[in-house]
Amino acid sequence: MTATNTLAGPVNPGSWQYRQLNARAPGLSYLSDALSALVEDGHPVMAGTADLQYSNGLARFAARYPDRFIQFGISEQNMVSAAAGIATTGVMPFVATFASFLGLLCCEQIRMDVAYSALPVRLIGHHAGIALGFYGTSHHATEDLAIMRSIAGLTVVNPADGPQLAAAIKASADHPEPIYFRIGRGQEPNVYDDLPDFRFGKAIEHETGTDLTIIACGTMVHPSREAVRALRASGLSVGLIDMHTIKPLDRDAVLAAAERSRIILTVEEHNILGGLGGAVAEVMAEAGTKAVLIRHGIRDEYSLIAPPTHLYRHYQLDAAGIETVVRDILA
Amino acid sequence: MGAGRTLTPEFLAPETPTPETIAHLEERARHVRLETIRLIAIAKVGHYSSTFSCAELFATLYYDAMRLRHGEPRWPDRDRFLMGKGHAAVGLYPLLADWGFFPKELLDGYTRLGNPLGDHPDMTKVPGVDFSSGSIGHALSAGLGMVMGGRMMGRRFDVYVMLGDGEMQEGQVWEAAMAAAHQKAGNLIAIVDRNGYQLDGQVDEVMGIEPLADKWRAFGWEVHEVDGHDVAALATLFRRLKQDKTRRKPACVIARTLKGKGVGYMEREAGWHLGYLAPEDEAAAIAEIMGQPAGSAILQGDAQ
Repeated sequence: MTATNTLAGPVNPGSWQYRQLNARAPGLSYLSDALSALVEDGHPVMAGTADLQYSNGLARFAARYPDRFIQFGISEQNMVSAAAGIATTGVMPFVATFASFLGLLCCEQIRMDVAYSALPVRLIGHHAGIALGFYGTSHHATEDLAIMRSIAGLTVVNPADGPQLAAAIKASADHPEPIYFRIGRGQEPNVYDDLPDFRFGKAIEHETGTDLTIIACGTMVHPSREAVRALRASGLSVGLIDMHTIKPLDRDAVLAAAERSRIILTVEEHNILGGLGGAVAEVMAEAGTKAVLIRHGIRDEYSLIAPPTHLYRHYQLDAAGIETVVRDILA
Repeated sequence: MGAGRTLTPEFLAPETPTPETIAHLEERARHVRLETIRLIAIAKVGHYSSTFSCAELFATLYYDAMRLRHGEPRWPDRDRFLMGKGHAAVGLYPLLADWGFFPKELLDGYTRLGNPLGDHPDMTKVPGVDFSSGSIGHALSAGLGMVMGGRMMGRRFDVYVMLGDGEMQEGQVWEAAMAAAHQKAGNLIAIVDRNGYQLDGQVDEVMGIEPLADKWRAFGWEVHEVDGHDVAALATLFRRLKQDKTRRKPACVIARTLKGKGVGYMEREAGWHLGYLAPEDEAAAIAEIMGQPAGSAILQGDAQ
């Protein structure tokens, strides 16, 4: 069966790309399904991508709503500016491509046409961080949070998993500002059950601890949670906060954790400069907390080439690595 | 007008503008030039010649081609106008004020602290500006987005995007050109103000863009070349484009223009992209635009 798509060209649910999509990256279905739910709720939503409908799963949405999907081809900057134009007509556009291209290549279009113009465009940067492993530095995005965070008027969200992404997309229907969603590759284990509570700028506290609190975002929430479980099982008082919204940052959550714990450890799949660690550092420094901050992530370098799981192990961004980092700090 | 067509006001308009219309459009183009001089005198520096090259385009679009409603800058079915060459906005503001989109008094504070009118148009500050501009190369993409959004919302309006000829050097223009043809955006009209100059000199010496018409045709566009200062030719062309509701190709109008048109010393001398006029030069420019002998300085007081 081939769905005829007047805007996007054919999407063939029987194709190998489509089957691979569902088999290898089940987490990606959340994006399309959340957008479909918005359509079903009567929201004027469109989606677009730049030759990556199978990588981000929007092929599912395209097959279902062909007239609401735009295939832009490999022209990311055109896509972002066009999304701004779409938003002027009362339609809420969601445009998705690799975070490296969206957050870096399209930075100026995002600033001028989307954020400065205050248009409700939703930007989905997927395969963020080092999730594209051996595809290399061109495809890694370890700067996007720092760049997007410095653009005024832009909400920056880094959901932990598919269910939280879906919850954030649902919440975005009533969010007037443009949003940058930073997500992984759809192969991460879920942290949450379906549609967890989600409020922009309201962090989720998983555990509280006096020795150390981990503040993690995005794909780092799951391995951090595994690490925290092991650490607590061995008698350490370690807390965990899911800081899904990087901007506006939940200052109260940071300061409460810094009041309670001797040490704050940020964990992010991003350069330790300018991203989650940078944002938390600003809050702690300005408030003059007694707690010490340590930032964990990519240490201002271009990451190596390897399969993603090997990279997470190498950079101590898997559960075992994060546990080791905490034990070394507390030793 | 052929028999059998729906008699909407658009179709009732004859394709060839009347002498009265032509005179009106020429007067509005003069208004654009005079206001440009008056406003830039407030800022002390501005893009005279880039605005003079598109004065007839502004006048024809805003007083003949575009479907607008007085005092309703956000009317959802209005035709849209975007500027790639946002630095000519000084010539657009007086027309937006004339349409009742904002009080005319705002013009008097052009570029002053707290005034919304700057060298480049800002949609968040100026009612009637359909899209912000300033970073060259974005506008055609944004215009295409308006076509796509309007299509999904079931609205039919035309989207006019005025581009500089130097802007043809931006890669994003050609991304948008390719996409617009692919999406059969028949209600998207690009206008290239082919005045031949950019900041660093002659366009074709800085970075050649010819054969320009062939480039647009190769990207799947219908191309029209026209004298950009002939309001009768412009009005006729834009009316024909508007009436052709079956067009599937986006249309590119290459308007051959003179940078600095209307003021002899700007037409003859390159380097007027940005400038400021001494009082005697300003008086001479105003006199020439008004069709009076050079040297007559009767309007100098009004302009300052």
